[in-house]
Amino acid sequence: MITFAAPGDVKVALDEAKYLADDRIAQVVYLAERLGKPVLIEGPAGVGKTELAKALAVVHERRLIRLQCYEGLDESKALYEWNYKKQLLRIQADQGSDWSELEDDIFSEDYLLTRPLLEAITTDEPVVLLIDEIDRVEVETEALLLEVLSEFQVSIPELGTMRAKSQPLVLLTSNNTRELSEALKRRCLFLHIGYPTVEREKAILLARVEGVTEHLAEQVARIVRSVRSFDLKKPPSVSESIDWARTLIALGVAEVEASDVIDTLHVLLKYQTDIERVAKDLEV
Amino acid sequence: MLLDVLTGFIQELRAAGVPVSMVEAIDATEALRFTDLAARAAFKATLETTLVKNVRHLEAFDTAFEVYFAHHRPEPESSGEKPVPGASQQMPGQSDRPGAGGDADLDELLEALFQALLSDDLAGIRALVRRAVDEFAGIEPGRPVGGTYYLYRTLRRLGIEGLLERLLESEEGRAQSDLEERLIREEYEERIEQLREEIRDEIRRRLVADRGREAVAKTLRKPLLEDVDLMHASRGDLAQIEQIINPLTRKLAARLAHKRRLRRSGRLDFRRTMRRSLATGGVPIDPQFRVPHPIKPEIFMLCDISGSMATFARFTLQFMYAMSSQFSKVRSFAFIDALDEVTSYLEVGTDFPHALDRISTEAEVVWVDGHSDYGRSLDQFWERFGGSLTRRSTVILTGDARNNYRDVNSTILPKLVEVSRAVYWLNPEPEAYWDTGDSVMGAYSRHCTGAYEVRNLRQLEAFVEQIALPPVGRVARPVPHEPGPGRFWRR
Repeated sequence: MITFAAPGDVKVALDEAKYLADDRIAQVVYLAERLGKPVLIEGPAGVGKTELAKALAVVHERRLIRLQCYEGLDESKALYEWNYKKQLLRIQADQGSDWSELEDDIFSEDYLLTRPLLEAITTDEPVVLLIDEIDRVEVETEALLLEVLSEFQVSIPELGTMRAKSQPLVLLTSNNTRELSEALKRRCLFLHIGYPTVEREKAILLARVEGVTEHLAEQVARIVRSVRSFDLKKPPSVSESIDWARTLIALGVAEVEASDVIDTLHVLLKYQTDIERVAKDLEV
Repeated sequence: MLLDVLTGFIQELRAAGVPVSMVEAIDATEALRFTDLAARAAFKATLETTLVKNVRHLEAFDTAFEVYFAHHRPEPESSGEKPVPGASQQMPGQSDRPGAGGDADLDELLEALFQALLSDDLAGIRALVRRAVDEFAGIEPGRPVGGTYYLYRTLRRLGIEGLLERLLESEEGRAQSDLEERLIREEYEERIEQLREEIRDEIRRRLVADRGREAVAKTLRKPLLEDVDLMHASRGDLAQIEQIINPLTRKLAARLAHKRRLRRSGRLDFRRTMRRSLATGGVPIDPQFRVPHPIKPEIFMLCDISGSMATFARFTLQFMYAMSSQFSKVRSFAFIDALDEVTSYLEVGTDFPHALDRISTEAEVVWVDGHSDYGRSLDQFWERFGGSLTRRSTVILTGDARNNYRDVNSTILPKLVEVSRAVYWLNPEPEAYWDTGDSVMGAYSRHCTGAYEVRNLRQLEAFVEQIALPPVGRVARPVPHEPGPGRFWRR
């Protein structure tokens, strides 16, 4: 299971997967693997929370199982469900046979539909499990996860407890739209990813954007940092600065001027009021 | 040894209000086994990830960490001579060090600092900061003043604004374009800010060495954001609080929407049930229900924006503003001694500071003297807008109910309660102060569906949870739309 000897190795490996981690991220990922604990990642949208999980899957050459959370997600979508159509067929096909025998039969693994959480712990090869936007489910549903996250097992009343054949590396992401329960937080390592420093953002741009020059990457990173210092509804995230850099390249801009920024602000900012505010300030 | 410091550190976190459970403390200790203790960043990351589980607590963590695990840097000369006690006899920052050329020294130091800032040489800056604090802070051992006092003293002697000007005028600070100039300016400002931080940290380190960790940590403790009193919040706190309000209203919206869905699903849809039953040989195994009509909650918010409520009003208006982006039907009203509708000012897409301006200049909320008059405002609300209240309307009033000894007009509230779904009153004053002086809270709260003391974010969150959550017993899981055969047969 453990492949890294030091946090520095995590960083190097993630670098190769084109995810530029800082020391903190590397340390937390390293600890998560050593301690076998899930990581809860929080931060504004578009700073690379989901990317981290994808990069880790690449690094470990593991399959990524993703559970996208939404309001109303329940155990039949997250954990498992009985394939009752198949059960029904079985009963009809076997009319007249002994009920208790039949009952044992239709509540066996053959009639179980595994959903992401159960699948993540029952595969033979260890996987990376990404539980995306956990803050979208209700508090009651959150409790479903607790058993999986701390014991790596799932209890099915009709079958008993399914234990993990392999221990997955679990990452949860949250946009912090609601407070997660203490029980969940206690079981996780917490990682807050904020906006990167200018140097790191520049490195990200160089790694992610094709054909970007060193000079342009630096300019983009510096301007984006400056734009973030405004009081905005939605400050530009890393994914938006990547988009912006691509736009500038497509337009053939080699040296960014104030007018270029104003013309392409809509790539960086998503609200008209934000765009107006920044444009007004840049024009002066 | 480390364990002792660690327990002390955890104690301090708890004292600052960060909840650290036993399990988390054990996790931290366990995690330290896999941490390179010599690498400060890694050490900090380990503690942070195991002990802090909320972004809002990171600041408190940082402060405590700085105090408990300060850099251990070699202190070249100061440990040797320690001339500080002598300086305590003199009041101003200038000490009577041997050979203190005063201004000459200062000039030399400033020049070195300027060069270090220009090349962004952190190690150089740190060494110079140590010298600056030695010479100008005049730290007096045992004197129980806060670090800010020394910080101010050092900064004044250094003339930090002058440094910024010099940086901007320097060769490197020259730019070809306006945009470039602006970026450079911001970067220099950041470096100066960093310098200020360095000086603060250095002073803090001296204080820790002098008075011990616990004492210093105690003076630095600040209330967590959710505990800041909204009536007396500072500008900086308010800015941070405003960032939290948005998620909070989204939560309220999500809760209310969820509650609507949780209600019993609609009536049985006979046609669809029969149609479905064909798949199971005519047995209606999978009853279908009509989708219930969603009830859109209407919210009427009334907000006292008089002078005594200035800070709180800014906050409630922000709350209203955030609410209107989440609920389709929010109508907002502001009043002092007259009431006016401000819904249009707070529309989605408008800019909040701008909206504030317009409310204070354009809305007709002052009638006579600009002192709160709840009786008259309520009366006006009832006269002009009472007709639009229905059983779906929730009325939320915010104010301290300090009526300046005017007519209470307590007949209006019962009428409001009668025609609407619920009337809530949020009062920013401690409950113990209600009904003292000119507060007439009792006369109103008696009629309200609920009256709550909301002095900080924590209480606001509690209120949101409470009104948004269905009463106990109804929180049961959603009615299963598809009772699986497992449950169906195994009764």
